[in-house]
Amino acid sequence: MSVTTDWRQAAYIAGQAADARVNVELETEGTTLNIGPQHPATHGTLRIVVRLDGEQVVWAEPVMGYMHRGYEKLTEVRTYPQITTLINRIDWLGHFANEVPFILAAEKLMGVEAPPRAQWIRTIFFEMARISNVALFLGDMGVQLGAITPVFYAFRDREHVLNLMEAATGGRFHPNYDRIGGLKEDLPKGWVDECKGVMKRMRGFCDELDDLLLGNEIFQARTRGIGVIPKAVGLSYGVSGSNIRASGVDWDLRRDSESPLAWKSCDWKVWTHPDGDSFARYWVRLQETREATKIVDQLLDSLPAGPIMAKVPRIIKVPAGEAWEHTENPLGEMGYYVVSQGGLGPIRVKIRSASFNNISITPWLLRGVYVPDVITILASLYFILGDIDR
Amino acid sequence: MIGALHLAFWQTTAIKVAVVLGIIPAGALILGYVFLLKMMSHMQSRLGPMEAGPHGSLQLIADGVKFLQKEDIFPERADRVVFALAPIIVLMSTFLLYVVIPVGPRLSVQNLDIGLIFALAVSSLSVIGILMAGWASANKYSLIGALRAAGQLIAYELPLILAVVGVAVQAGSFNLQTIVQAQAHGKIFGVGAIGNPYILTQAVGFIIFIIAAQAELTQTPFDMPVAESELVAGFMTEYTGFRFLFFFMGEFGTAFAFSAIGATLFLGGWFVPGIHGGLADIVGPAVVFAKVMLVAFLIFWMRFSFPRLREDQLQAFAWKFLIPLSLVNIVATGVLKVAF
Repeated sequence: MSVTTDWRQAAYIAGQAADARVNVELETEGTTLNIGPQHPATHGTLRIVVRLDGEQVVWAEPVMGYMHRGYEKLTEVRTYPQITTLINRIDWLGHFANEVPFILAAEKLMGVEAPPRAQWIRTIFFEMARISNVALFLGDMGVQLGAITPVFYAFRDREHVLNLMEAATGGRFHPNYDRIGGLKEDLPKGWVDECKGVMKRMRGFCDELDDLLLGNEIFQARTRGIGVIPKAVGLSYGVSGSNIRASGVDWDLRRDSESPLAWKSCDWKVWTHPDGDSFARYWVRLQETREATKIVDQLLDSLPAGPIMAKVPRIIKVPAGEAWEHTENPLGEMGYYVVSQGGLGPIRVKIRSASFNNISITPWLLRGVYVPDVITILASLYFILGDIDR
Repeated sequence: MIGALHLAFWQTTAIKVAVVLGIIPAGALILGYVFLLKMMSHMQSRLGPMEAGPHGSLQLIADGVKFLQKEDIFPERADRVVFALAPIIVLMSTFLLYVVIPVGPRLSVQNLDIGLIFALAVSSLSVIGILMAGWASANKYSLIGALRAAGQLIAYELPLILAVVGVAVQAGSFNLQTIVQAQAHGKIFGVGAIGNPYILTQAVGFIIFIIAAQAELTQTPFDMPVAESELVAGFMTEYTGFRFLFFFMGEFGTAFAFSAIGATLFLGGWFVPGIHGGLADIVGPAVVFAKVMLVAFLIFWMRFSFPRLREDQLQAFAWKFLIPLSLVNIVATGVLKVAF
């Protein structure tokens, strides 16, 4: 063995040797720590069992199913219009965005297409659901890292988006607005102007968080290089949405799929970040929120006139067949595989929700990090419990 | 006490005890109300408590009464004696801090010659209580929190002491009263109109002091021992009722005391330009209070704005940045002291 002359390598070898000595001298026993099911960082009932060596995670395993609501089974005993109400609650912050892929799948089976105005308004609400959902993440990430102020700003400004939702649909959280062939009703008077004001406000909110959190040295120290998901690993675990875009994968279903919604008619950008760490995930989401407000603004300007409902029978029967539709939801790719045998309701629906796959990477990701980083990583992966245990 | 009065030993002692017993809860309440409830709320675009008393000012008293009514719960596998003693030790260290803080030329509970060293020494007693609490709770979160607290307080004790050494060098004394007098009679380039508050000459020391005090108080950015979002309040997790109240009072009482020490060392304590002699004894407490609020504002402002560091980053920050910086500060102070 040759003697190294590179001082960095020498220091590394010396460090390893010192570590090895300590490990021989102090044989320590690990601790098993239950994070959850009742824990503030899991915002819901996710349980993560971690084995610790000091504060370092040796092994981690997420335990799911504490909130299992059996939605896939429930869809089998509901009619199509009833299912919309149900699936609203899967990702309870992305409310409207959950309805869209299911309705699209049903429309595909029926051979119906909603009129342009309905598609436009659908897209607007889809993006508003994204804004209200991700705004909460942007604030909540601060809370998980110990900064308590941003989340209040998030709640303050998100309220305006929810008010707009309520004005048009009657529901703040569960709009139940989407119908097969169109929408429940048209937008109320004056809504468009107000919506523009709110979008401006949300851009201001993004700038504020840019200053308050993203540019903060402590925030950067806590998130940069923490929980790095390499491209290939992320893809193999089925990670989607902003999480995979933060790993440098330029893939957005709004742009890359044949969706009848109005995204293609707007000028917007898919943001990616090469790093794949927690900071990148936060950064990508912040940019996407900005981008979403711009999409809404453009759609409001080009909102076509016309009916909001296609001609559909009063009692909806979907012809036999199978259809798969997926969209780029706030949390990632969400899809429904609907199997119909010609009845009032589907015979089987497979729901692909983003959080389930996003969280499945945690055993790989949490190995070797410190306890505070567990919280950072969980927060930056951004899951909604309803989206995991659907 | 006041020179004209001649009181027996037991009378002065009784007054001192009453003052200390009154000031600590009052200080904790004032800081808790003004900063934790109101300032934080307004910074976060909300109102905070508004119902109990005018503008919610009695909210903390109502909370205190509520805490007293709560059941005194011991965890099943807790070490009962240690568990019960821990909050008392934490609070005791807070009480001892108040002993040496002067609020007037002749107003201080005990005018110790080593007052500064005494204050910093007793403030680190609280870590024993925190370790006891964490160990006796028989809870893994509490234990991790307590060990973090121990590591953190040891690391930040050093910059705290080194930061105030500059002041001691400049004033030539560890006696807090003498330090205030030195600032009162100091001159800036021969002009003695506003004295010489050491924040001007010891600005670096003041910044280090505020940062280290923040860590000693386990407030955000250095609140890993309590870290709500990861350790669920750390060493306090298992405490309920009045035992939790003890920790709460200890936290804010210590914040008040550290602000008072900061005000004494760097802002000139009870000294305000133009007031000397007997009058200073009367105005002094109000002046100290105003300066305390100023320093506390800085501390709480940081607390509400920053995210939390990680434990290893905190240690690196203390050992690799704050301690070298404060050593440089001491050397510079010494050189300048000799030069002038």
